[in-house]
Amino acid sequence: MNEKASTAGAASGTAKSHGLLAEYRTPGALIAASKRVRDAGYRHWDTYTPFPVHGIDRAMGIKMTGLPWIVLACGLLGCGTGIWLQWWTNAVDYAWIISGKPFWSLPANVPVIFELSVLFSATGALFGMLALNGLPHPSHPLDLSARFAGVTSDKFFLLIQSSDPRFDERETRALLQETEPAGMEELPEGPGLDDRLPAYWTYAMVILAVLALVPFGLIAKARAEKSSQPRLHAIGDMDWQPKFKAQRANLVFADHRAMRLPVEGTVARGELFDDDHFYRGKTSSGAWARTFPKQVEPSDELMQRGNQRFGIYCTPCHGQLGDGNGMITQRAQDIGQVWVPPTNIADERLHRQPVGQLFNTVSRGLRNMPAYGAQIEPMDRWAIVMYVRALQRSRHANLSDLPEADRASLK
Amino acid sequence: MAIWTEANPFLDPPAGENSFSRITHNVTRVAEAEKPPKAWFIALGISSTMLAIFGISIAYVFWNGIGSWGNMHPVMWGFPIVNFVFWIGIGHAGTLISAILFLLRQTWRTAINRFAEAMTIFAVMCAGIFPGIHVGRPWLPYWMFPIPNQMSMWPQFRSPLEWDIFAVGTYFTVSLMFWFMGMIPDLATLRDRATSTPRRLIYGILAMGWRGSSRQWHRYERAYLILAALATPLVLSVHSVVSFDFATSQLPGWHTTIFPPYFVAGAIFGGFAMVLTLAVPARQFFGLKRLIAIRHLELMNKILIATGLMVGYAYGMEFFISWYSGSPYEGFAFVNRAFGPYAWAYWTMVTCNVLIPQLHWFKEVRTNPWATLAIGIAVNVGMWFERFVIICTSQSRDFLPSSWGYFIPTPFDYMTLCGSFGLFFTLFLLFCRYLPMVAMAEVKAAHPDAHAAHAQAHAAVTEAARA
Repeated sequence: MNEKASTAGAASGTAKSHGLLAEYRTPGALIAASKRVRDAGYRHWDTYTPFPVHGIDRAMGIKMTGLPWIVLACGLLGCGTGIWLQWWTNAVDYAWIISGKPFWSLPANVPVIFELSVLFSATGALFGMLALNGLPHPSHPLDLSARFAGVTSDKFFLLIQSSDPRFDERETRALLQETEPAGMEELPEGPGLDDRLPAYWTYAMVILAVLALVPFGLIAKARAEKSSQPRLHAIGDMDWQPKFKAQRANLVFADHRAMRLPVEGTVARGELFDDDHFYRGKTSSGAWARTFPKQVEPSDELMQRGNQRFGIYCTPCHGQLGDGNGMITQRAQDIGQVWVPPTNIADERLHRQPVGQLFNTVSRGLRNMPAYGAQIEPMDRWAIVMYVRALQRSRHANLSDLPEADRASLK
Repeated sequence: MAIWTEANPFLDPPAGENSFSRITHNVTRVAEAEKPPKAWFIALGISSTMLAIFGISIAYVFWNGIGSWGNMHPVMWGFPIVNFVFWIGIGHAGTLISAILFLLRQTWRTAINRFAEAMTIFAVMCAGIFPGIHVGRPWLPYWMFPIPNQMSMWPQFRSPLEWDIFAVGTYFTVSLMFWFMGMIPDLATLRDRATSTPRRLIYGILAMGWRGSSRQWHRYERAYLILAALATPLVLSVHSVVSFDFATSQLPGWHTTIFPPYFVAGAIFGGFAMVLTLAVPARQFFGLKRLIAIRHLELMNKILIATGLMVGYAYGMEFFISWYSGSPYEGFAFVNRAFGPYAWAYWTMVTCNVLIPQLHWFKEVRTNPWATLAIGIAVNVGMWFERFVIICTSQSRDFLPSSWGYFIPTPFDYMTLCGSFGLFFTLFLLFCRYLPMVAMAEVKAAHPDAHAAHAQAHAAVTEAARA
């Protein structure tokens, strides 16, 4: 541009000129002038306005910018980056099973693909605009014109550069005069305003640059030297924690124990057992209950259940009939061991016992009979008691107790 | 009460020989005045104190760990995530005003778009801090970014929390670029009017040599349009992605498909309330009543009613769906919200967000700046409580009654919350003082004088065609 300007300046025989600058009062006047200059066939010219003037693009013959294509390319690049980044990191380089999902499933990756497309497009829009506009553009001959400072407030300008092939000192001036500008001046080609930094800025920047080197110097020193001191632990990373470690005293609690007792009165879920009749076989007065609790409804099913449970838990000692002649008793007698045979449950004493007491014996054991409360659910214990009552009855039965049909079969 | 009675030079009519230069003067005199109004100093004093509280509380939390906050099983998200969602929502109105209203050709937006955009930037900055400090080990959040590392590990892109990183990161970057690009011509105005070297240098660097060339304006306007078109789906995606943090979980009260639109509507609602909260004092103290007129406040108040009703609808629909789903856990979560231990927060939310904005149906209320300010503040409170209700009630009582709990914030929770407002207002006050608070170039382009000549030319052409 400088070369062209200097040849133009030399041809016109004056000092180096950048071009002719005309000022207008209103956007309308500028549009009208622009049309004239456009029609005169100038190419190196421009208008300057404080805001985008509606309709000036057509008046100046500005062609549609290629910026949207740049943005499209950036957007596609962002989209591709989103796909590639997620596929490569999560499906190839660091494949990791999460909730049994496939390594590569597009729906979960859409948000990031979308965001990266937008990010790349927007970056392309801003930086593409700046690049196409030649910004940043620190210094310009226009800066030498005092009146031009108003361009960012309320003034409108038109500049025809002397580098334009059609530029002619007199003709161009005449053309601009016809557009009735509010003012006109010849713009010298120059370095623009003094754009050197003030001295204190330079010093400040030098000092800052030197200070910025200090951390790097310290790092280099640390890498080169050896030290007998442990390294600085600037970031704790939870390396020291007041917690219990196996085989050591626990410093968190005053008694140095890690296992804590539950709070007094703690009851586990569903273990309140506040129904004495059902859980302990007792009435409210503390005596053995003579009736089955209301939860236990006699039925064939329950009796079958009792039979089965009795078979599992009781028969090894008490035998199938409850007479105390179970497998274990037989074996003990075979090998001649000292053995107290289990009680015959058909015993008159047991026959008279309330059901609550039988339930208690099943639950908590008696003499060398172990407690079964921990192994058998309460309802099953009641089922066993019910079956025991049936056994007792059968051991003391008369012919009249049998149904008609069975009586006949016995005869 | 000297601040009300003192002679405020910003209240004088702006000087200038035409409407364009009057607009220039009206806006630039705030940045060029030797002394801003006393109210500005008082506000800056308060906000920078709050900012100091922010610094202290974060330093304390870093040193002692996040146990300093009330975050405790079962409410592990607590205030930090409530604040994160609150601040990210505030930002949305700025983008809505600058992008969506631009695409809809709503020229009245030019009065408020610049500082609404600034509000967006500062709000997203506040928001971005919270997930970073909430992770507990502030030297490790870089793990959330896909940076090659010695562990040979990569972030998990199937996690909504990872989507958040990209959504919020993109949102901040794009908002910042949009804001900065919009300011380039106005920074050039400040550069050209600068009388001292430092001002000329700083504004000059920021303006990048903008001289208002029409060939540059052409590309600039195209870029602005493209950025607006990109920011529109972006802003809708950001709060949708934030809502996925909740919606993709299994927790009753979170696991719901209404969240994305509900969050976006709430964000715009809360953001507009914040714009109004900032605009009313700013126009009062900086003499911008000619640029930010009552008409603009009224239009924003109408948007406030509309979005407030959307939010109210969402509250109702959540209840309906929790019953309609037939899930006892969902049903319990919502009954517990309204009538459980957090009922006070729920009804604060309903009052502030649904009931109070209904006052704007009266023209006297929506054209009164101080009523506008009061209702704006109420909505901000309500929107904070909305996030509190969503996070704390759902986490405090989930499937297993044995793990129920009640969230009790500590003083550090309140300090961090109050401090984030300090950061926001400090940045905003500095912006008011040192950057062009109103988009001058856009206001001028929307001014009737910018079109008068053009209209005449059109008329002449039509006349000629007729003849």
